[in-house]
Amino acid sequence: MTRDELRVIFVEELTGIAPEIEGSMIRDNDNIQKTFDLDSMDIYNLLAALHLRLNIDIPDSDAARLLTLNDALDYLFDTITD
Amino acid sequence: MGVFTMPSLGADMESAILVEWLKTAGDTVKRGDIIAVVETDKGAIEIEIFEDGEIANILVEEGKKVPVGAPLANILGTGDAEVEIPVAEGPIEKADVTLPMQPRPAPRPQIADKLAFVRASPAARQFARENKIDLKAIKGSGPEGAIQLVDLQEVGLPPPTRGIDPEAMRRAIAAAMSRSKREIPHYYLTHRMDVSTAQRWLDDYNAERRPPERVLFGALLVKAVASAVHDFPEFNGVYEADGFIPSKAVHAGVAITIRGGGLVAPAIQNADALSLSELMIQMRDLVGRVRRGSFRASELTSSTITVNSLGDRGVEGVFPIIYPPQVAIIGFGKVSLRPWVIEDKIVPCPVLHMTLAADHRVSDGHRGGLFLNAIADQLASPEAL
Repeated sequence: MTRDELRVIFVEELTGIAPEIEGSMIRDNDNIQKTFDLDSMDIYNLLAALHLRLNIDIPDSDAARLLTLNDALDYLFDTITD
Repeated sequence: MGVFTMPSLGADMESAILVEWLKTAGDTVKRGDIIAVVETDKGAIEIEIFEDGEIANILVEEGKKVPVGAPLANILGTGDAEVEIPVAEGPIEKADVTLPMQPRPAPRPQIADKLAFVRASPAARQFARENKIDLKAIKGSGPEGAIQLVDLQEVGLPPPTRGIDPEAMRRAIAAAMSRSKREIPHYYLTHRMDVSTAQRWLDDYNAERRPPERVLFGALLVKAVASAVHDFPEFNGVYEADGFIPSKAVHAGVAITIRGGGLVAPAIQNADALSLSELMIQMRDLVGRVRRGSFRASELTSSTITVNSLGDRGVEGVFPIIYPPQVAIIGFGKVSLRPWVIEDKIVPCPVLHMTLAADHRVSDGHRGGLFLNAIADQLASPEAL
């Protein structure tokens, strides 16, 4: 899976959890939690959605590595290719 | 024969607009079925029926403004024979607002899309589902022709109708909080505790589980309150015209923020009887539905105590306002690392600030303090929750 495909998946899952977000609003290095006012339940749902979609386990302690689009793509790409 | 009437969805509500019937005459209904949608200051709310039977006839057309208590439909109970059915009477006035949920013509199909799969954003899909729009008939403006929310809105449809109207939400909060501060003599107690045991326990619990089965700290807090309040009935119930009515069941209202403004505190029914993972599933479901703007009338009015948790983006403490007719609310701040004294040594500890706001007509500070201590005890032994 390429980084671009991961980007599409991440954006789809994030906008699924917070429908008021449009894909074009997500900038690579913005902290999504602050920018879109996400709470712990939203982050929980994002981890659960990515787990189901990509069939990877994301420990809670790694949640902080998913808070910008760039960091998240790095993390997901590394996890999948491991 | 029973009569289904407009329910009161809050002490401040006088009337509501019947927006949509989800059942028609002749339909069989069961207790708990959602049979209509009404528009109130809190937004569009689904209302349930509390008896089994069959809808004999509908007394109020969609679009009418109806006072609380006015009959909406006649219900034939199981075993009722066919009888003469009274027609609607009473002060039903024509609504003077535009209706958000009138049937609208389907968009005309444009160029037929031969592809079975239509690219569309999740927001667009949700909008299309709710508005019964065929995505195949829409031309997308996103990457690779993906349909975005804006494409659907350009078709000339109104915005989603079951969402929450921020102005109406603000009015509802204003009415409830003004009434609370006017009528309820609040007293406040605060307590701080080291929650390292609870956090460690939860980290271990979650480490063994896949993401969808994990539990948030916020669920542990609701569970601790629901368990502790058993021994403190004067904090669990409602204050009505004749005074305080304690509740045997614990329906824990959970304050949920709505992005863009406002909050609601729908109830998790029988929160004390649920396991931690069941409670988490219900909280997740509730938050999801609140964000989509679809929750049930009984969820908004059945709370017997409320929990307001600021979460990890909040501040250290909160002094919440009781939601009438309830008599207590527990506020939890953000867990923050603070110096703490353990066996004569100062050590950094995750500290939780908790507040009880309670109704002095019903309880006193001494019992309130014992109640807060009981919540702290629950959190100190999380394995028992």
